[in-house]
Amino acid sequence: MKVRILVSFKESVLDPQGQTVKNALHTLGYDFIKDVRQGKVFEVELQGLSEDQAQKVIPEIADKVLANPIIEKFSWEVLSEGKKVSRN
Amino acid sequence: MKFGVVVFPGSNCDHDTLFILQKVLCQEATFLWHKDHDLGRVGCVILPGGFSYGDYLRAGAIAKFSPLIEEVREFAERGGLVLGICNGFQILLELGLLPGAMLRNKNLKFLCQHVHVRVENARTAFTHRARPGQLLRIPIAHFDGNYYAPAETLHRLEASNQVVLRYVDENGEATEPANVNGSASNIAGLINAKGNVLGMMPHPERASEAVLGSRDGRLIFESIILWR
Repeated sequence: MKVRILVSFKESVLDPQGQTVKNALHTLGYDFIKDVRQGKVFEVELQGLSEDQAQKVIPEIADKVLANPIIEKFSWEVLSEGKKVSRN
Repeated sequence: MKFGVVVFPGSNCDHDTLFILQKVLCQEATFLWHKDHDLGRVGCVILPGGFSYGDYLRAGAIAKFSPLIEEVREFAERGGLVLGICNGFQILLELGLLPGAMLRNKNLKFLCQHVHVRVENARTAFTHRARPGQLLRIPIAHFDGNYYAPAETLHRLEASNQVVLRYVDENGEATEPANVNGSASNIAGLINAKGNVLGMMPHPERASEAVLGSRDGRLIFESIILWR
């Protein structure tokens, strides 16, 4: 089973990289861009784990390692053939 | 006082720190390999500057899982002195030994320059050799030094004098331009509530000999040596 974990800054935290990307897009004339937030994507392949077990383990590793809960939040989804199950 | 300087893959100020302690300040000091499980009989642990694990994931995020770090955590809980410099500060934040987190510098640039910091609390184990309000000229060298903490944490830190160093201009004013990396409340150095764990972004080991352009950093090491 493959899962995709998305880590991004909390709304309350200023994202200077996202701001810079937004400014660059404005310079190019894309004035309709209201805001840009930059984040990180992890694609993780799991072995011998049921989806129920993954539901327990993924938030645990996201909280412990992949994201810093003081400044970041995460969401994740299961990537399997043909179907996509999103979770928050 | 015996010092232990922890070495991670990617540490690059470990030798500078050991040199200052041994050759300039004539102290007993040793390297501690991050994979070891024993701190030996050190009285102060220093987490030096550098880029532990290449800053992969987040600065300091991987180093916190090194075996020796568990010993450092227990040492800190028993009241042992721990100084985190630059990447060492970032590791202390990731570990939760100090509150808050580091964001990328506000101008998205790696900053390598001398700055002025003001000693806000001169009663700590790390600063008691300085005068209250004394200005120190010490270099910084980091990409992620933009200190962040939620507003209630900042209030608590200020109320309990845990902000030990603040970025200021040459007149000692905590101005916006002097706050080069964008840190909350110009914070350059923080101590824990118990007073035995200090994190600071400026590099005192790079300002401990006249030939390096400043000796102000020695005050930090001399404070530790002469503590109690």
